[in-house]
Amino acid sequence: MFESLSDKLDAVFKKLKGRGLLKEDDVDAALKEVRMALLEADVNFKVVKDFIALIRERAVGKEVLESLTPGQQVIKIVHDALCDFLGTVNSRIQLAPNPPTVIMMVGLQGSGKTTTTGKLARVFRKEGRRPLLVAADLQRPAAIDQLVTLGKQLDLPVYSDTGTKDPVAVCREALKKARLDGRDVVLVDTAGRLHVDDELMDQLRKVKEAVQPKEVLFVADAMTGQDAVNSAKTFNEKIGIDGIILTKMDGDARGGAALSVRHVTGRPIKYMGVGEKIDMLEPFHPDRIAKRILGMGDVVTFIEQAQDAYDQKEAAKLANRIMEDSFTFEDLREQLKKLRNMGPLENILGMIPGMGKAIKDIKVDEKEFVRIDAIINSMTNAERRDHDLLNGSRRKRIAMGSGTTVADVNRLVKQFLEMRKMMKMMKGGMGGKKGFRMPKFPMPF
Amino acid sequence: MGFFDRLKAGLAKTRHNFVARVESVLLNRTIDESVLDDIEEILITSDVGAGATEDIIQILKEKIRSGAIAGSADVTACIQGEMAKLLGHPQPLVIEGIKPYVILMAGVNGVGKTTTIGKLAQRYVDEGKSVVLAAGDTFRAAAVEQLEIWAQRTGAAIIRHQAGSDPAAVAFDAVEAAKSRNADLVIIDTAGRLHNKTQLMDELKKINRVIKKSIPDAPHDILLVVDGTTGQNALRQAQVFNEVVGLTGIVLTKLDGTAKGGIVFAIYKELGIPIKLIGIGEKADDLRDFSANDFVKALFEK
Repeated sequence: MFESLSDKLDAVFKKLKGRGLLKEDDVDAALKEVRMALLEADVNFKVVKDFIALIRERAVGKEVLESLTPGQQVIKIVHDALCDFLGTVNSRIQLAPNPPTVIMMVGLQGSGKTTTTGKLARVFRKEGRRPLLVAADLQRPAAIDQLVTLGKQLDLPVYSDTGTKDPVAVCREALKKARLDGRDVVLVDTAGRLHVDDELMDQLRKVKEAVQPKEVLFVADAMTGQDAVNSAKTFNEKIGIDGIILTKMDGDARGGAALSVRHVTGRPIKYMGVGEKIDMLEPFHPDRIAKRILGMGDVVTFIEQAQDAYDQKEAAKLANRIMEDSFTFEDLREQLKKLRNMGPLENILGMIPGMGKAIKDIKVDEKEFVRIDAIINSMTNAERRDHDLLNGSRRKRIAMGSGTTVADVNRLVKQFLEMRKMMKMMKGGMGGKKGFRMPKFPMPF
Repeated sequence: MGFFDRLKAGLAKTRHNFVARVESVLLNRTIDESVLDDIEEILITSDVGAGATEDIIQILKEKIRSGAIAGSADVTACIQGEMAKLLGHPQPLVIEGIKPYVILMAGVNGVGKTTTIGKLAQRYVDEGKSVVLAAGDTFRAAAVEQLEIWAQRTGAAIIRHQAGSDPAAVAFDAVEAAKSRNADLVIIDTAGRLHNKTQLMDELKKINRVIKKSIPDAPHDILLVVDGTTGQNALRQAQVFNEVVGLTGIVLTKLDGTAKGGIVFAIYKELGIPIKLIGIGEKADDLRDFSANDFVKALFEK
């Protein structure tokens, strides 16, 4: 459905290859594509307008770096501007000089406030603090239960009072209790609401007055469409927010809402929720979101996850083998094992640049891995180390041994050879031209 | 308040935004193709989606060229007509004739699945039907409790297992219970799941499969609940859920906010899945049968 922006821009600039400067007409043609890409990523229309104006200014007359195509050059400009728009990394949550630090969570219904409250409490506890959770969402049935359950999971106290409908009273009592018990961080989970509801907005304001939070955090769903701007703006105007937490970033939404929300409120995005489990909250990385909005894949996340799965030493060994051009089936088998340890394959592939589009049509069959594994296992040690040995009769034997067909074996060998070829190319590129290069990862399919 | 008035009231914000903007664009301007750029803008900011927007703009362009559209009233009428056409004929939920009728509800996290089920239960209990709810969201903290509150409120029966248990088993038990109690309707709640999580989608597939062990042609409806504030990703959600379990309809929630729910145009255009119900408020009777004409009319009504 979504073609990656890099592909589109490359198409725009195809006919221009080799020209030195980015001309106004070319830039405008490119910006049309950028605009559509941003809109498809759900970036708010007005925000897109501001953004395009900025890009235009930066791009016209710019010299195309030697190592880049004009398309890549524009992407780089867009990417850098997106990062600027999205703000800086690691905006920590401020703590009050006199504890307890009160943090108030606000947001629309279903944005993930309660879950995020729990996740944040976990972060504070990890830092050695003593959080108290407060169930001030008296609107949604079972919201209190949800927070109490989360508290139990985390082994953290939750203040709640099912006997009242007045969240202000609940908060006052909770603060008293926090002081008595020496709790230094108080996280207040408020009712989710549609921001059009003035009565409930009033209630939130009263809660804010009563608890005097150090920070009010706005929880926003990354899948939100054009309306993200309206809700963020209203919350900011009526209640006043200090930071933003983006949730459901583990979905495949482009997350254009991040750009919109950040732009209209001017407040930093501090964290993002990346999964349902209680430990899945990560500091916000503007560059990753920028790439995602552009459909360039979450390269950094991929590399980090890869680093977790790979032992440093082994990685060095592998790099050596690639340099020496001695990558074997044994290495391939090892690599595949590591890859599979990194999580569901489709998630990982989606993070790789260029793959985002490719896997739209390809159903990744996890069984294919089992097949490849079986084929390699049916080789002799000598065959694994030297693929040149694989003649017709050996391939036939391997197919029989692994329960596959000769065609399967042939295909694997062909893919393996292609991988080696790609690695050779990578090797040629290493240490050469510096600049904006799309990393290529060898993939056996 | 009559049905149409409530719908209008619920969509007031949407309508104001949309119509006011169309009108401000058209004010004191000769109608030519430059107006189309602005209309395109409006459609896109309503989450209508690039494809559906392009269709509407294309039609308008031809009509302007041929002189069929001269004044601003024509443009509004034309947009209205085209938009209603894009949404197809009404296909309301009909549970009569099959007993027990089984509805499976699915969707990503936080779209309002459980609330929708509560409202749906209320509707049918009020009609004198006996309703069984299946607490199939065994994952989210207190999801079962939330459904239980709805069961108490509406007087529907509820089948629940312990937190963390197999949702397919809950669904199966609920259908079996409905059979033995001679109930009219079973509504199965499921945990919110992001459509790009293969394991969770497999789980949904399994729930669907296990239900068929009790009643082979059930579930009779598989509804995807979509948050009206969701952007273009909703299309992707519908596409994937449809591939996995085969959707029979969409429920569009949270339309009482300022969001315009324009994504339903893209969903119907691309996938042909009808919108069955819309949620226009928090009260139990704010869940309505969807009608394209009323929906679009309410958008444009002054």
